[in-house]
Amino acid sequence: MADIRYTEDHEWISVEGKVGTIGITDYAQNQLGDVVYVELPEVGREVAKGDETAVVESVKAASEIYAPVGGKVTAVNQALEENYGLVNEDAAGAGWFMKLELSDPAELDGLMDEAAYAEFVKSLG
Amino acid sequence: MRYLPLTPEDRRQMLARVGVSSIDDLFEDVPAAARLDGLVDLPLHQGELAVERELGALAARNVAAGSVPSFLGAGAYRHHVPATVDHLIQRSEFLTAYTPYQPEVSQGTLQMLFEFQTQVALITGMEVANASMYDGATACAEAALMACRLTRREKVVLSGGLHPHYRDVTKTSVKFGSVHLDIAEPDPDGAEDLAARIDGETACVIVQNPSFFGRLKDLRALADACHAAGALLVVVVTEVVSLGLVASPGEMGADIVVAEGQSLGVPLGFGGPYVGLFACRQKHVRQMPGRLCGETVDQDGRRGYVLTLSTREQHIRREKATSNICTNAGLCALAFSIHMTLLGEAGLTELASLNHRTAVALADRLARVPGVEVMADAFFNEFTLRLAKPAAQVVETLAGKGILAGVPVSRLYANRPALENLLLVAATECNTEADGDRLASALEEALR
Amino acid sequence: MLNEGRQTRGTGTAAEGPDTWTGARALDQDTPLIFEQDSPGACGVDLPDGPDVANRLGGLERKGAIGLPGLAEPEVMRHYVRLSRQNYAIDIGVYPLGSCTMKHNPRLNEKVARMPGFSDIHPLQPESTVQGALELMDRLGHWLKTLTGMPAVALSPAAGAHGELCGLMAIRAAHEARGDARKVVLVPESAHGTNPATAAMCGYAVKSIPADETGRVDLAALEAMVDEDVAAIMLTNPNTCGLFERDIIRVAEAVHGVGAYFYCDGANFNAIVGRVRPGDLGIDAMHINLHKTFSTPHGGGGPGSGPVVFSDALAPFAPIPYVIERKDGDGFHLVEHVPDSEVQPFGRMKGFHGQMGMFTRALAYMMSHGSDGLRQVAEDAVLNANYVRASLADVMSQAFDGPCMHEALFDDSFLKGTGVSTLDIAKAMIDEGFHPMTMYFPLVVHGALLIEPTETESKDGLDRFIGAMRHIVERAKSGDAEHFAGAPYYAPRRRLDETLAARKPILRFEPAMQDAAE
Repeated sequence: MADIRYTEDHEWISVEGKVGTIGITDYAQNQLGDVVYVELPEVGREVAKGDETAVVESVKAASEIYAPVGGKVTAVNQALEENYGLVNEDAAGAGWFMKLELSDPAELDGLMDEAAYAEFVKSLG
Repeated sequence: MRYLPLTPEDRRQMLARVGVSSIDDLFEDVPAAARLDGLVDLPLHQGELAVERELGALAARNVAAGSVPSFLGAGAYRHHVPATVDHLIQRSEFLTAYTPYQPEVSQGTLQMLFEFQTQVALITGMEVANASMYDGATACAEAALMACRLTRREKVVLSGGLHPHYRDVTKTSVKFGSVHLDIAEPDPDGAEDLAARIDGETACVIVQNPSFFGRLKDLRALADACHAAGALLVVVVTEVVSLGLVASPGEMGADIVVAEGQSLGVPLGFGGPYVGLFACRQKHVRQMPGRLCGETVDQDGRRGYVLTLSTREQHIRREKATSNICTNAGLCALAFSIHMTLLGEAGLTELASLNHRTAVALADRLARVPGVEVMADAFFNEFTLRLAKPAAQVVETLAGKGILAGVPVSRLYANRPALENLLLVAATECNTEADGDRLASALEEALR
Repeated sequence: MLNEGRQTRGTGTAAEGPDTWTGARALDQDTPLIFEQDSPGACGVDLPDGPDVANRLGGLERKGAIGLPGLAEPEVMRHYVRLSRQNYAIDIGVYPLGSCTMKHNPRLNEKVARMPGFSDIHPLQPESTVQGALELMDRLGHWLKTLTGMPAVALSPAAGAHGELCGLMAIRAAHEARGDARKVVLVPESAHGTNPATAAMCGYAVKSIPADETGRVDLAALEAMVDEDVAAIMLTNPNTCGLFERDIIRVAEAVHGVGAYFYCDGANFNAIVGRVRPGDLGIDAMHINLHKTFSTPHGGGGPGSGPVVFSDALAPFAPIPYVIERKDGDGFHLVEHVPDSEVQPFGRMKGFHGQMGMFTRALAYMMSHGSDGLRQVAEDAVLNANYVRASLADVMSQAFDGPCMHEALFDDSFLKGTGVSTLDIAKAMIDEGFHPMTMYFPLVVHGALLIEPTETESKDGLDRFIGAMRHIVERAKSGDAEHFAGAPYYAPRRRLDETLAARKPILRFEPAMQDAAE
């Protein structure tokens, strides 16, 4: 089973082998409201942990998505272009943004696991 | 005071409700050192008649272009504005509304903007247009920045046929950034080779058609050269009436078109307010600056319009916005749109044709004046004359005789001896044959 | 990372009422797009043919049709009159849009601006033929400088945001003139979005200054942030929470202490005009929205005008063009090119000389009010806002304690547990015949409701507004969330689907759209 980690910016990363799939959490999509656009990075781009790699937009808000870990973009979710609503309908699944080939899996250690993230969200009230 | 409804009794009751004893209590946060006890040193209030009289006296010290034969152009053109236009733009509901933030009670402005965007896209030959910019010059500067964002390059080539104000505003907008400009020399002869300036760093080439000097050019080869190098072609139009007759920039391969819309519906007004038009290809819309209106439905399924793609804008994106523009030129866009609707396909074509014919006849008339050389071969309603004397001096002489002869190129290009004798002359539907005769004979006399 | 997401589609049921065959509701009539009213051959103008000459277009004539529709004048008139009736406007009722200063727009201004001596002069006419226009610009400049207590003014910026750009450009030019390459501009969290956007356009990094618990800039935090890398602070005063920045002189001292400049966003000048001169507060540059404080009409989103006043330190860097009075009594001169002198203008902001049509309107307004009337404007604007605040404080939740300046700010805590949002309240106001207040701004307050009545509302008018607001709030608290979710019911349109508009943008009419519908 894939290991899913979370950031304080409400992104999730699900890692299988060397490849991590990245999206935003259900809490995040709920806060944003109806997602109308996602600006995705170019495949092949190298990103460092914390780099701005995508932008997710609702009607009234735009949020930068920062790479939770460093790596190389190997794929982006083409299905979003047809239906940005996937982010709202299935943030943790079909609404994923991109896949990264991790440059340093140890960077995952700094991220929250599911229980810690649930606790974090609770603390936001 | 006629604009203030509160009476002294109202104020007394309201202060009591607020729970303070005097209005000064509500200004107590102002540091004591900065409180003005008395009045500033300016005149006291005046009635409507007195204000009208005083400002009327100032207005009377200007020569209205319509009161004399006038041939000025250079980015602002005197056209006849149908009476319907000025009546409609003074409707309270258009004049005194804000930006349409609440679409349910702003459908009038929004539908108008949707129609305006469509009209602008059609005449420029582009796919989409925004809801207006401040003016043509600022639209030009925004186009340069947009091209740099789209291509991720930082070199912008400016034609020597670009209006000097457009060049200068673009210069200002990149002054403190990393974008650099490659500015061609002024080009009254239409001889510049812009394609030779394009390289792998070029984000865009900005060219005006007809040029500042009035020349019409086929831009297709330049468009191809831009695209072959991965650069964009930005076409500037300062006389939109030309689009009724001339092949559109889109048809010639432009990627972004910016224009000054003043010619339709907006009076000369000493230079403003005017209305900037901004059009581009659909695929570039997310990098476009300014407001956009889009179609949607309401919850009962009825068609309606809203401002959309706002995440490009400053109120949401803040320092990451495509531009800092907020207020644009709404009412001038309305005037433009109403005038365009009155014209329609047939009217715009006829108006353009009338302008062109009038200008051709004038050019032919002036060509017979000794000491005058008409420099243009292909033009729309404006052309450059080379005079036997400095143009500024001739213009001043003719102004003394009640003729506004045109714009001396030296007014916009200071300290350029080679351009000193050049005079820009424009003719529109407002110019009669008699106007042309007066100009010709006055020129003849001045150049003798 | 997250901004406040909010519902952008309506819910609830349709308004009651019988259908009509036309879809009209008496005076409430839709009008199709002009493209759907095309009557080929119809035209709204009559033009002569002109001289019979051969064309000289160099073979560049357009070949195909443009696609513009043809309509005769009566149809055009009806189209736009019907459209106009779907707009709310200040001439219809209270328009309490906070931060926008929607005040009465006197028609004297319109009349003056249309005098041919102002409206029908070309910007490049010889100066000898436009002395009255140049004098008007000079006189407007004099009023603005006197009211702000500042020594210099640039008239050309076309709107508030354009004025901000002008001010920041002058600041950057001043730093560069002495070889000082500063990188940072400080902007409060509560600022207008144009402030950070403008700073970014000038190549500056933006650092956010936190607010204190009273809604004002946290002076201690600010003092800790200023250093030699800070080029300027951009501060709105009164600020976007409707509060006067009490510590403003100390802010100015802190900023000047490190060699930085103080830019003031003058959007809210209406609250203090005639009572406080920004020049006495240590400000180096401030734009003035003529379309807010000085009553030029908003026109559905412009044109505006944003002249900028400058301190002595920045005056030499002000942009071209500008008007000077010749010393020998020889009239006025417009400086259009960078002169060889001690001044170093940073460049040109726009084509020609500025929004002249707004200058005439604003000056007509200032002269009508005079120094006495303008002071009364500020006092009545502040009184009206406080009257609304005091009259609603018991049922709504004031964001910050104490009196406000020209606008009253509430947060949405009074709606907690009701299922009704700030947006719902706004839409319910539409049904009561009012334009909503500014919502969800400033960002520092949750679910903000920002009410700016302006000085041109009467007490009776405010009482009606207050009565309606109290009624709406009581209804929200009584658990009638479903009603609110469906509002507005009586507007020309009910809630519009902004999500649909943004996901699949339709930004122009396409002939195919019509064909498909037929």
